[in-house]
Amino acid sequence: MQTRDELYAAQKEASEREDLILFINTCFAATGQTEYYSSRSCGQVSIDFLHRYVLANYRTVYRRVLAAGVNDFNRARMVLNLLAAGAPTDKAGRDEEGKLLSATLRGLPANRVFALFARLRKAKINNRRSRAVVRDYLRWRSNPAFDAVKYRTKVRVAARHAHLDLGREIGHFLFRLKDQKHFETPLFDSFLRAHYSKQAVYELPYSVAEGFASRHEIPRLEFLRKIEPQMTHAEKQRMQSTAERVGIEKPISDMSRTPLTKLATYVIGLPIEQRRNRVAELHDALNAAAEKALRKRPLNIGKVAAVLDRSRSTWGSRERRRRPLAVAVAVHYLLAASANEMRSFWSPSRIDDSTAVAAHDHVLLVEAGGQTDLGSPLLAAIEWQPDNIIIVSDGYENAPADAVAQIVHAYRKRLSRTHPIAFIHANPVFDPDHFSPKPLGGSLTTIGLRDAEDLGASLGFAKFASGEASQTQLETYLGKLSADLIGDSHV
Amino acid sequence: MSDRARVLKGLQLDGLTMAPPQVLGGVRLVPLLRDSQRDDLRLSRRVYPENFACVEVDPKTVYTSYVPHGLVANWTTDGGAVYGSQMSQAAKKKDGKSYGQFITARNMSCRGLRKMARREGKTQLRFLPLHVAMEGLLALHFGGPDIAWTEYSTAVMRSGLSPRSETVVSGDQIAGLDDALRLFEIHENQVGMLIFVSDDLASAFVVPHRDDYAALHHTLITDFYGELIWQYGFYATENRIAPEPIDVDSIDSIADLRREIDALRTRWSEMNAMMAPAMINRVYRSERVYRFKPFNLERFISDLDPSAENHIGEAIYADDGTLQYMKTYRLSSSQTRRAYLLSQLAGHDWNLELCALALGCRKNELILRLENAGFGYMLHQHVLDGARAKEKRLLS
Repeated sequence: MQTRDELYAAQKEASEREDLILFINTCFAATGQTEYYSSRSCGQVSIDFLHRYVLANYRTVYRRVLAAGVNDFNRARMVLNLLAAGAPTDKAGRDEEGKLLSATLRGLPANRVFALFARLRKAKINNRRSRAVVRDYLRWRSNPAFDAVKYRTKVRVAARHAHLDLGREIGHFLFRLKDQKHFETPLFDSFLRAHYSKQAVYELPYSVAEGFASRHEIPRLEFLRKIEPQMTHAEKQRMQSTAERVGIEKPISDMSRTPLTKLATYVIGLPIEQRRNRVAELHDALNAAAEKALRKRPLNIGKVAAVLDRSRSTWGSRERRRRPLAVAVAVHYLLAASANEMRSFWSPSRIDDSTAVAAHDHVLLVEAGGQTDLGSPLLAAIEWQPDNIIIVSDGYENAPADAVAQIVHAYRKRLSRTHPIAFIHANPVFDPDHFSPKPLGGSLTTIGLRDAEDLGASLGFAKFASGEASQTQLETYLGKLSADLIGDSHV
Repeated sequence: MSDRARVLKGLQLDGLTMAPPQVLGGVRLVPLLRDSQRDDLRLSRRVYPENFACVEVDPKTVYTSYVPHGLVANWTTDGGAVYGSQMSQAAKKKDGKSYGQFITARNMSCRGLRKMARREGKTQLRFLPLHVAMEGLLALHFGGPDIAWTEYSTAVMRSGLSPRSETVVSGDQIAGLDDALRLFEIHENQVGMLIFVSDDLASAFVVPHRDDYAALHHTLITDFYGELIWQYGFYATENRIAPEPIDVDSIDSIADLRREIDALRTRWSEMNAMMAPAMINRVYRSERVYRFKPFNLERFISDLDPSAENHIGEAIYADDGTLQYMKTYRLSSSQTRRAYLLSQLAGHDWNLELCALALGCRKNELILRLENAGFGYMLHQHVLDGARAKEKRLLS
């Protein structure tokens, strides 16, 4: 017999665990962009609320989620909120948070960090800790001169806001450029000369050079050809389709360097004829990317079936073009490259009738269209008798609605004795109305999924999301992750 | 009854299956699927960019309305596939006012059109969707009384009920309909759609071919809907109606599970049919508007029972009785009332005494009902005043 206190304690724990799962799932999926089913502003209000709520109530967990592998957008937002909240009063917490903050910043792409610093100023956050964080980050950067050129405005804002002394030369470059006749640093000198010399433009980073190119009215074609050595890998890849359109030779971008989901997004974005013509090459590239992702984080889940959604909503929105479809394609390649036996089952589409796809098939030719009928592929997947079924969908099921939940429920209740199957739903889309990725009914666990590569990390949370593990276990798990992260960065 | 008119027991969606609905907010969209489609009739859209259009119905009557587009039917008489219906989509005019099939330049002028349905060639027919049906509603007993009863005003005796007008609401005014249509995921074999707003049938739309549907899907937003539907749009909230879930206990194998899911789909279809009683239970009077062998363009109107939902619409039936095209419009209650009163009056030779007797009310009451329905202009002012005074005396 439970006493009332025990009952309340259990309920409190359950509701707290729900809060945290909600938050972590959101942090895997939400990007603050327009989704197919919801607008940008609606999403941002929802995300904002969730961050504030968790920060106020579960600060320890909040900072440790930084180590859980959630997406960059949410990590940057967490850093901002933590800096705004001021340092914790207890020393252990303060130390841990400081280390987590610096480790997180070092893991984020530089453009996000500098944008974050600019937001510090806009939000008028200027406590001692935030100044120290900015100072330490800029001191850690390996090439401050390059940063100063590429992110000139943002570095200037950050330096001024945090009262930093970045050294004489950078100081002059940022604040007194017009008084300078000459710089010791070659890059600064190029920047100065680029104001009047067309040749010096090509010594600058691509994004900066672009501005000067229009100032000198350099023809686009000529500019693109000559600036190619200065382009970063991502810039080269972005340039591929443009290059073809304006008729210059495509910059050689090494597809093996692109992470899996990004590559899948790129491939899915190509017109279908191009995909057909280059199918072998693209297929191999995706396979290689998947193998590389698996080397970093192996995935071992036995015989696995993927139920993948290619309905019209997987085209995503204008801001997240084809993202849900790309994640589904990437999950296929990831599972195919893992040693597990796998097959993927696609929802029916208007264009193509094939539902079941073997591991080695050319999945990159899928097109999105038609309604979301997850019931049929799920039944086909169950007939194949795998150990695991991973459903990748945005959670909007409509032909018929609620079929997946009913199938899973019926299978668990009646058929799982002969062959148990573990079902999981991975959702790459955030639903602001419900503060989390939209679930597919109550009978299976939904986890947020940022990139296909993170399937392992997301699955790590699945046992918490399903309610099997307690809150203490969740906190321990997060504690271990954050200890790992802090340990890594301070070796 | 002439050979052009007939009575239908409900609007049968033969050969069409209802798929599970897609719900967004208060709008429920039920896709209609057709497994085998014929290729000898195709519909495409013709855009009319003008602010309004005047359609010459007959030499003395003009129908004026906002007409965003007309539909063009192409058919073959020998049952073969329509040649060129795909190409007409791709035609690009280089007049500087259009892009693809969209007109970019707008002018204020009125478009003059001849006839609701007009033959444009041997196998081409242009008609104005919904306006065919609406014109039928407006022309209902439009001529006014045949016998010169003394109660009726001289204007009505001279020119009938001219001009008769009804107010409708464009689709983009209905809250949530634009989002629901935009986010809707079109099915592979979809040829039509039932639109429910606040779980009330707003419109049914069927075309002959699935490619036509894909091209015409977005025209649903420019169509007009009843004022009632517009009101429902505002207080409609997300509704969760689902048929009975699958019977878990009866499942012993995967085949059973598959059978149960198929049964679930059937239940969805039944539930959709149940939610649209007007499609099945009502009596419709149908009238042929145009005959183009082997097809008939008809317009229909339900029996105008003021206590039930009433629809008007138009349809194209093939000679084998299959439905090829349909578009319906839900009458608002005031529109139903007006049409009902007119049909009752006409049924009793416009005699107010007899009509009042049939409706079970006093003559003066009927006069006030006519006035409330917006037909006050039909009667002499002293008749109205007299009725009002007598009713007032009765009430006090």
